[in-house]
Amino acid sequence: MTAVYEPCYEPWNETRGAEIIAEHAKQEGATLVILHALQEAFGYVPEPVIPMVAQALNLSRAEVHGVFTFYHDFRHKPAGRHVLKLCRAEACQAAGGDALAARAEAKLGVSLGNTTADDRVTLEPIYCLGLCATAPSAMLDGRLIGRLDEKRLDALVAEAQR
Amino acid sequence: MSMRLFVSRDAGAVAVGADEVALALEAAAAKRGVTVEIIRTGSRGLYWLEPLVEVATPQGRIAFGPVTETDVPSLLDALASNTPHLLRLGATDELPWLKRQTRLTFARCGVIDPRSLDDYRAHGGYKGFERALSLGPDAILNEVTASGLRGRGGAGFPTGIKWKTVAQASANRKFIVCNADEGDSGTFADRMIMEGDPFLVIEGMTTSGITVGATKGYIYIRSEYPHAVEAMNAAIVAARRGGYLGDKIGGSNYSFDMEVRVGAGAYVCGEETSLLESLEGRRGLVRAKPPLPAHHGLFGKPTVINNVLSFAAIPFILAEGAKAYADFGMGRSRGTMPIQLAGNIRHGGLFETAFGVTLGELVDDIGGGTFTGRPVRAVQVGGPLGAYFPRALFDTPFDYEAFAARDGLIGHGGIVVFDDSVDMRKQARFAMAFCAIESCGKCTPCRIGSTRGVETIEKIINGERVSENLALVEDLCNTMKFGSLCALGGFTPYPVLSALKHFREDFAPVPTTLQAAE
Repeated sequence: MTAVYEPCYEPWNETRGAEIIAEHAKQEGATLVILHALQEAFGYVPEPVIPMVAQALNLSRAEVHGVFTFYHDFRHKPAGRHVLKLCRAEACQAAGGDALAARAEAKLGVSLGNTTADDRVTLEPIYCLGLCATAPSAMLDGRLIGRLDEKRLDALVAEAQR
Repeated sequence: MSMRLFVSRDAGAVAVGADEVALALEAAAAKRGVTVEIIRTGSRGLYWLEPLVEVATPQGRIAFGPVTETDVPSLLDALASNTPHLLRLGATDELPWLKRQTRLTFARCGVIDPRSLDDYRAHGGYKGFERALSLGPDAILNEVTASGLRGRGGAGFPTGIKWKTVAQASANRKFIVCNADEGDSGTFADRMIMEGDPFLVIEGMTTSGITVGATKGYIYIRSEYPHAVEAMNAAIVAARRGGYLGDKIGGSNYSFDMEVRVGAGAYVCGEETSLLESLEGRRGLVRAKPPLPAHHGLFGKPTVINNVLSFAAIPFILAEGAKAYADFGMGRSRGTMPIQLAGNIRHGGLFETAFGVTLGELVDDIGGGTFTGRPVRAVQVGGPLGAYFPRALFDTPFDYEAFAARDGLIGHGGIVVFDDSVDMRKQARFAMAFCAIESCGKCTPCRIGSTRGVETIEKIINGERVSENLALVEDLCNTMKFGSLCALGGFTPYPVLSALKHFREDFAPVPTTLQAAE
């Protein structure tokens, strides 16, 4: 098994935020590109950066806020130290995904879409990782796991809690 | 001695341990003092055999699978001494599951190194593009039209007509957009081809560019596919370096370049106008049509927007000629379809075949029934917006019109198999719930209808005034079907109504005796 990988983000910093925006602002239709880059750097999209993006792209704050809130990927606050995503779409449902999702919720003591009280694990639903022939599937901090069963799920949960 | 081994780097193989197997092979070989060259390919698409390890022999590649880390030492011993091994499957090309297929689009997937432009060219890559250059735009259009190729994203619109419309539009700029927002559960063909044969997509898009007079392309890939994003980015860099993207491509006077854009977790962005909005940096709100993207697309310019598999079909059509493609298929569905077998299935994976194969052949014969060994009860064809088919409809041939005639759709070619433990009420409720989560919110039938649908199906599940609520759901589905702006709200009724129609027994009121016992 590969070593435990922990995503590492920079703390929010206005100068760094401005740099990231400037780096991408010249592209056509840059809003999503910038929001992705900001989230990649800081782990979430800090609220003060929204007016900065708006100004750089000559948009209103409302427009940028609207884009930010439309897409499921963007976070308004940091996730837990590890993010465990369980596929909840039909192919994984057909292969026993419902029971596994319930098991993960029980083990972690949070429902899908929430973070444990100790901020260690964020448990999220995802609608299809494209691993539908090796269902059910999951993703832990960017690492893909197929053919999930109770044993493998328990190992994943334990790994995420470390 | 030296050995050439092939291990997939496809996300589906990696998810079941292909990286670990490749590392273990390297380590074990080093320990034995054996030189091995491990080539990381795409996947052959036989996912129940992943991680699949292939070894090059003078007689062709020999396959072993599914290989785990612990099998690696014994596997290497067997390879080195040329002795039998339990996991030996035989010559890859002779595996019945592969041999039965007609791989036109997926011919190279799992065979070549997806990072190598040379490997792509050595296996016939850019042959179609070179012929396209010699033909010129008008003749290319004729070829694409004559091939009968229809949009593989699901709508099935003739690709030739779409391209012609853009070619005839006059504008200072035109765009090629590849829809790689493959959000349908049960589908993974786009992901496989982007990871396993990315130059094929580039070649298809470039050909489209020179045909319609566009110089810039975007491929919009969903964020759930990080491996595909990486593979496409690497291939674009390699194609640029090799002179196949940029100015004067392939030594011609044409210019074309492209870039990857990554989605952000919105299913609705697979709808073409929503995708264009997203590419422009806005909320993925669906646009009303007309105007069509072909006239008024990305940044208001004429735009060809096609699915990954549509672009990926183009190089074969141009290399071998329209007739070679159109000779396959049935009725108005010409050529081949990469079908994806998924869910609770024994032999899941990618099965490319000519249109016309029946659903029953695909599920029972090719797919081998369920993984759990229980009887197949329902299959959902075409993703979350596709209908649930019972065994009684297993004679339906895989064809756009045949599925439509039975109130279904083939969509992007995904088939999700369920065994007899499925509760169709839950599946119907999920269809509505998914629509509610993913609705862009622009039109009322989809935005409000889906939420009302969840509530009403919930009441049916709880046994509240079941027959009245069933009638209400059917009425609601009609409103959504005919009143929604796009396929999200418009097609969500397919899974719901098909569940009601074909699996009515699941929706019957719970007998009072059972209720009392609970």
